[in-house]
Amino acid sequence: MKKSLLAMAVLLAILISGQAYAGDTIRIGAIASVTGPASFLGEPERNTLVMLQDQINEAGGILGKNLEIIIYDDETEVNKAVLAADRLIRRDRVQAAIGGTTSGNTLAIMSNFTRAEIPLVSMAAAERIVNPVDPWIFKTPQSDRHAVTRILNHAKDQGYERIAIITVSDGFGQAGREVLRELIPEMGLTMVSDEIYGPRDTDMTSQLTRIRNQNPDAIICWGTNPGPAVIARNRQQLRLDIPLYMSHGVASRRFIELAGTAAEGLLLPLGRLSVAEHIPDDHPQKELLLNYISDYEARFNTPVSSFGGYAWDAMMLIKEAIEMGQSAEPKDIRDNLEKIQGFVGTGGIFNMSPEDHNGLDETSFVMAMIEDQDWKIVSE
Amino acid sequence: MDLGSALQYLISGLTVGSTYGLTALGFTIIFNATRVINFAQGEFVMLGGMLAVFFAGFFNFGLFPAIVLAVACTTLVGVCMERVAIRPVQGANVINIIIITIGVSIFIRGVVMIFLGKDTFALPPFFGTEALYFLGATIIPQSIWILLITMLVLLGLRTFFNNTIFGKAMLACSFEQKAAHLVGISVDRMVMLSFAISAMVGSIGGVILAPVTLTSYDVGIMLGLKGFASCILGGLGNPFGAAAGGLIIGVLESFGAGYVSSAFKDAFAFIILLVILFFKPSGIFGRADIERV
Repeated sequence: MKKSLLAMAVLLAILISGQAYAGDTIRIGAIASVTGPASFLGEPERNTLVMLQDQINEAGGILGKNLEIIIYDDETEVNKAVLAADRLIRRDRVQAAIGGTTSGNTLAIMSNFTRAEIPLVSMAAAERIVNPVDPWIFKTPQSDRHAVTRILNHAKDQGYERIAIITVSDGFGQAGREVLRELIPEMGLTMVSDEIYGPRDTDMTSQLTRIRNQNPDAIICWGTNPGPAVIARNRQQLRLDIPLYMSHGVASRRFIELAGTAAEGLLLPLGRLSVAEHIPDDHPQKELLLNYISDYEARFNTPVSSFGGYAWDAMMLIKEAIEMGQSAEPKDIRDNLEKIQGFVGTGGIFNMSPEDHNGLDETSFVMAMIEDQDWKIVSE
Repeated sequence: MDLGSALQYLISGLTVGSTYGLTALGFTIIFNATRVINFAQGEFVMLGGMLAVFFAGFFNFGLFPAIVLAVACTTLVGVCMERVAIRPVQGANVINIIIITIGVSIFIRGVVMIFLGKDTFALPPFFGTEALYFLGATIIPQSIWILLITMLVLLGLRTFFNNTIFGKAMLACSFEQKAAHLVGISVDRMVMLSFAISAMVGSIGGVILAPVTLTSYDVGIMLGLKGFASCILGGLGNPFGAAAGGLIIGVLESFGAGYVSSAFKDAFAFIILLVILFFKPSGIFGRADIERV
């Protein structure tokens, strides 16, 4: 027993000494779902971080120090995310971390970073990540609440009163459903129908027929591909001419390709990254967005998605915080993250505060309509 | 409840049910020849749809050559699977072979994911996109195609099993392999044929459904599961029971989602399955197995 304890102590000492802070590098950890079901989110995030590491180091690093981003793939599995978090904290001894890709994985690793007192900037959307505020946890994507508010404002302006919702039975859909059920009555509208479908369902005509029987003024669908594309197609089949709003979960060209002609006339809130070429030239985000898009597409040869932008914002916010405080100590990074004001990112303009660890509001979305197989901004 | 809605539920149920039925048919054919449940059956369905998208999109073949090629390739995959993964372990326990089929399904899914990508794809409909109105319900032409092709496949298989020497030989193998062997039927070849036919039937299902429901590398899992439920419902070993089982499950799901709650859509199929297994383990159309002494 005594011997094994001694052996363990020696081992630990070796491990720690081997991994001590190298004075001239800043180590940032990242946990992304590069493979598995959420890979469509995690892959662009990983790519973006790899690209940023090179770009920042070519430009002289942060505070003259070399930046090293250590990226682990959690394979969209919660337990692997937790293991990766432990590794980043104990073995790699990172100064700040980015991740996880999905809300579930972020919620699972949050407490580890809080305990270790290392700031974590999540790339997942769920409101629960920053509400209630945990001093060490931040996030870059807009909350569902912002998207829902944007949609309902638009619906109200159009004079719609009776709203039907159809949501997917996974985490994304159910989080959206909760916010919709809360905000629809709050904004003086009536919810007449509340339908649910499975993430792998291939036919939603039953749900849409039920919705049609309730005779709503508008339908709001909350899901990620491919479900919403099927719903758009089913709506076309059933010749429903009730306006259909989609969530920001389908904000990619892929959705238009999948839904084909059925996508025409659909409305959705979009981050400005998806409509970069359509936003006015004097918008503060315009130049940054176009640069990010051309850099990304030149390097990886695939179209950019808003998900990669979440990683861009996370990394650049951390960089900004380090430069503001002239220090890469975890505690200083955290304190300065909270003070960031007017930071222009891909998702919007971030105004952090001790009460708001996301820093975005509903103006980070534009309302867009799909017209001639392209986005068209209907309200800025 | 109004007639239009009910009819709409029926149509969408039959459309989706047809693919369940075709998947179930594949399960049954292989089960009859080998007593093995081939859990890679859903993957054949996926391959049909994905390869058709691939051939039509990347090589710019016309839609129909692409479909024929996709079905042919999937059939070849079925044959290869039998030669490479099943035949070498011929004498093994049924359970071991079933586990091998699960392995094959994971392998196929992985290969497709790496080479064709993780995205969802759409195949253009065969003829026409304009929906037809019928007693307050709408039907898209593709639904009619799906039902028609399913019927044709069933009819074709029926003729094959009843009127051709190969079909009869396969039936003989399913009843008693040793006796079939003794009268000069090559059991090996029949097993291979059964894999080929299952793969073909499955891929046809995948191809005809892809324009309606979209396809991706992982659609095979759920379709395989539903197909399996259908063939248990119809009675394992009875091809036409299996097809009927698929249609029944499809329609029940659709009505369940329409009249009860869409949140429990997938549960209906499995609840029905459990009830059937409890009260009539041999399935609706199956005969109770007589244990030979």
